[in-house]
Amino acid sequence: MRLRFATLFALASAVLIMLGVPASATPASPSPSPAVAVPTATSEPAPVTGPAIRVRLIDEAKKDAAGDPVPVPGVTVRVADTASGDPIGEGVSNDMGVAAIAIPGRGDYTVTLDTKTLPAGVKLTGTKELKVSVKLDMGQNVAFPLNRAEVKTTARSQQLINATVGGIKFGLIMALAALGLSLIFGTTGLTNFAHGELVALGAIVAWAFNVLLGIPLVFAAVLSVIIGGLFGWIQDRGLWRPLRHRGTGVIAMMIVSIGFGIALRNIFQYLFGASTKPYAEWTRQSKSTYLGVFNLADKEIGIILVSILVIALTTFALAKSRLGKAMRAVSDNPALSASSGLRVDGVISNVWILGAALSALSGVLLGINSQVNFMMGYQLLLLIFAAVTLGGLGTIWGAIIGSLIIGIMMEVGPMFGVPTSIKEVAPMAVLIIILLVRPQGILGKAQRVG
Amino acid sequence: MDFGTIIDAAFSAALGPEAIVFALAAIGLNIHFGYTGLLNFGQAGFMAVGAYGLAVSVVTFGLPFWLGITIALIAPIGLALLLGIPTLRLRADYLAIVTIAAAEILRLIFGSAEMVDTFGGSNGLSGFAQPYQDLNPFSSGLDLGFVSFSRSVLWSTVVGWALVLLCVLITWLLMRSPWGRVLRSIREDEDAVRSLGKNVFAYKMQALILGGVFGGIAGLYLALKQASVVPSDYSTNITFFAYTALLLGGAARVWGPVIGAMIFWFLMSGISAILGQLTNGPDPLLPTWVLTSTEVSLVRFVLVGIGLMLLMVFRPQGIFGDRREIAIDAR
Repeated sequence: MRLRFATLFALASAVLIMLGVPASATPASPSPSPAVAVPTATSEPAPVTGPAIRVRLIDEAKKDAAGDPVPVPGVTVRVADTASGDPIGEGVSNDMGVAAIAIPGRGDYTVTLDTKTLPAGVKLTGTKELKVSVKLDMGQNVAFPLNRAEVKTTARSQQLINATVGGIKFGLIMALAALGLSLIFGTTGLTNFAHGELVALGAIVAWAFNVLLGIPLVFAAVLSVIIGGLFGWIQDRGLWRPLRHRGTGVIAMMIVSIGFGIALRNIFQYLFGASTKPYAEWTRQSKSTYLGVFNLADKEIGIILVSILVIALTTFALAKSRLGKAMRAVSDNPALSASSGLRVDGVISNVWILGAALSALSGVLLGINSQVNFMMGYQLLLLIFAAVTLGGLGTIWGAIIGSLIIGIMMEVGPMFGVPTSIKEVAPMAVLIIILLVRPQGILGKAQRVG
Repeated sequence: MDFGTIIDAAFSAALGPEAIVFALAAIGLNIHFGYTGLLNFGQAGFMAVGAYGLAVSVVTFGLPFWLGITIALIAPIGLALLLGIPTLRLRADYLAIVTIAAAEILRLIFGSAEMVDTFGGSNGLSGFAQPYQDLNPFSSGLDLGFVSFSRSVLWSTVVGWALVLLCVLITWLLMRSPWGRVLRSIREDEDAVRSLGKNVFAYKMQALILGGVFGGIAGLYLALKQASVVPSDYSTNITFFAYTALLLGGAARVWGPVIGAMIFWFLMSGISAILGQLTNGPDPLLPTWVLTSTEVSLVRFVLVGIGLMLLMVFRPQGIFGDRREIAIDAR
């Protein structure tokens, strides 16, 4: 058996070498004298037909009259088999800056650029060796970056600051929605699986005002928050209050909210479409540096300031105003509040208005930060759950602190080895762990959770 | 309107693999939610480990097909233990959030770009179902006028209903045993059961494992039927739809999830066939500003959502259930 493998292997490599030798032998002659090849480059053979690796070489710093980068002719490129290291062939770039090297077919190849053949003033700005895995029968195109503008590598401390600021920004956006969820849970006991849709609604309504009707985004945002609050009120009056009066249990209400969420999401997709769309203003991404270390775009500063202001106002109002006290009383003990003369249903309606308005604002800010999508609320929902659970379900400050921690964790995580494509995994893992270790959350009072 | 096509689409879905997958998943949820009162919202995760258990062991590690099937049946047990040990002591709504988060974590990991070599990324894995297709004894498809299956779908349908029958039989036997009666009493009053000296945690864990394995079988069956696994097939919506099917048929009833899944798919497929015909062609019956053919699936999901709400509000026991047997009050 082993012998047969050895024979096969020998045969295979022999074939590879046979294929490689003639291919490398023919174009080998112009390579030692590239200067000679350049003037006659017009007659350079057209790119190979059949399977080939085509290397494109352009000077990214120089532009021709049309504004396109200038091709770099007369540069030698070699191709070898990655596994065995055997040379397959080599080629010299023609007037179009293209060098084509025939290859036997699919497989893994190493493409090397001979830096000595580069014309004066053209520098390679990357590795001179590329590993290419050819998966198509026709071969593959490769490019070497030449004279590319150097990307400034940011210091790790600066990266950490950027990631933390980004995390705080995302955490603040999330905190608005989490505050809404936490208020509603605190007063009604409803784990609202349709809460994400309140966020998406805010973003989509603001988009409609801003893009379709041409209203400036600031006013569109205000209108969207008002409509969000109105929707919260309608939702409570039309759906949740009748259910409470029927004596529907919280689990049944939770399942109702799942159905409501599914219906709303698909209505949003019907009205808004499945694609992601930006607002008409506040789309600029360019960042400037503040206080020497903070790199922020204008819109990011706007997002951070608005959310801090609104969170401060809300917490102040909840702590000091009559309504705030009533809310806390209802959330503590609805029956006792009712018997003390509080209009519990009225207070809950106000909580729904406040919670939905905050979530709508969160949606607008999220839409400014990234873009608007009908799924954006649903994607945020589990993160909000994680934040609220971490901070302590039903507590005001818990929702804010939990959101900030989750936000920072998500943005900073990739710096410490969390794969970027699944950075949402970390908050959800935290959600599970916190329920094991301290189910009441950081700020919650110990109570029965099991 | 071509009513023949509509009837054929509706019955083929209600009797075919679509309904079978949901019936199997809902039978598992019935053990969890219907009999034990555990609000498991992570059934999609159990389905995913069942499906990926087979796909990863055959495609990535090159193990034999039948060993892969065995692994696919064991993997849900592992997930149930992993999930159950920490969470079974939690209140119902917390359990729901934790299980949903766990299912999402699994889906994100299975679809992640970093682990594409093991799990195939968002394109998933395929090329593991040949032994299953080779077992197909049928030489042609079936067309009875109101229902039609192609050759491979017919084979999957026969295998699927055999699996459903087996799971229903197991459920029926277990739930009339003393063990099943303990599960029901845990649903009604956990503390009372504890005071009788029963180990409530162990019973809950056994129920979670059993329902999880049924969920794993559902995922495994879906993987075999499609001959591929894709992470987006195991999203949380699948769990919600399985719950809808369960609540439609009636929780805590042996046949509830099966009937529910059949009705669910009869309606889903029938509605989409009707709307498809209304929006089809160059001059559709419905004007395009109302509905285009690509938006048909949205309408049926809106109807699913509203249906789930109405069901929960007005008839939580579903068609066959008993209202006193539904665990919808928080404890």
